[in-house]
Amino acid sequence: MPSAPDTQDLDAVSIRAAILDPSRANPPTVAGPRGKQAVKRFNVYRNNVTVSLIEALVDIFPAVGRIAGPTLFRDMAREFVRAHPPSSPLLFLYGHEFPTFIETFEHAARMPYLADVARVERAWLTAYHAADLEPLAPQALAAIDPEHLGDATFTTHPATALVRSSYAAFDIFDANRTSDPVGKIDASRPQNVLVTRPGTEVTVIALPDGHEAFFETLLSGGTLGEAAQAGMEAAGTFDINDAIGGILSTGAFIAAQAAN
Amino acid sequence: MSKATKTVFSGAVLAGAVAAAISGAQLVTATDAAAANVKCYGVAMAGQNDCAAGPGTTCQGTSKVDYQGNSWKYVEEGTCTSMELPGGRMGSLEPLERDMPA
Repeated sequence: MPSAPDTQDLDAVSIRAAILDPSRANPPTVAGPRGKQAVKRFNVYRNNVTVSLIEALVDIFPAVGRIAGPTLFRDMAREFVRAHPPSSPLLFLYGHEFPTFIETFEHAARMPYLADVARVERAWLTAYHAADLEPLAPQALAAIDPEHLGDATFTTHPATALVRSSYAAFDIFDANRTSDPVGKIDASRPQNVLVTRPGTEVTVIALPDGHEAFFETLLSGGTLGEAAQAGMEAAGTFDINDAIGGILSTGAFIAAQAAN
Repeated sequence: MSKATKTVFSGAVLAGAVAAAISGAQLVTATDAAAANVKCYGVAMAGQNDCAAGPGTTCQGTSKVDYQGNSWKYVEEGTCTSMELPGGRMGSLEPLERDMPA
């Protein structure tokens, strides 16, 4: 409203501050008939905003919700929503800070793998909404002069994410994304997880040993030669044939550039 | 780094690996193409708003939760007891002694 921009802005700021924080006073301009305070009415809005954001987190992080149980998850989510209100109206972009928040949440400390499972779930949704791009074609890789293969670099597909974990993040994620019964899982087995979306389906895999160093090097712009070296240093079982096969089969990249 | 790299993985080794990968990859891409699907937008996922008749009546947004140290019930509700950690190191189900209600 051009007539009173200052009041409007002030109002928006005070509503924003109060909407997620029940310890704050109601915004003064939110009033009932005859200027009475509208505490209950405002609480309905407070509640709807908070609950809808909690439900968004429930939907984005179903495995975390299943592991933690609904009571703990919703308590944790409510605290998170208050500490990290969304910065975009698009809810599918929400919750990027949730994994780090879980690490600091006292009552989740007995589940130290939980934050990494959340990272995989957040990466899943990012991959789901990423741009549709054709993964690197085998022919494009074959077209690079063998002399320059060691210096080749790769362009990452926007859906691709690598989650390195000291825990069995993949097994735990995989077992808890469905409603099937969960057997015993050895959570202490470190697993590195690659999330990609080569076509329309999001793909989540646990990387063989050494492949995490290989992919990490390529994802950060390193050359194929550097990546192969990093993979071999990370694991004695590293197999360069498998690793290069993984470049193509995972769809983690969209292009390869020979060095100039 | 790149010098050491070249002694370990020559262009020939990498070229051989690429050739091996491509022969396998063509099978994969052929199956992928056959299984290709239409991406369905706007279904499910985050963001449905609850009206006051549903979870709205529980006042999720207006309560100030007081965490209690003995909140072991949190654990039993979920599947977290299925994830085993050696020695119960951090997976302890013992209630904490602090923050108990007076």
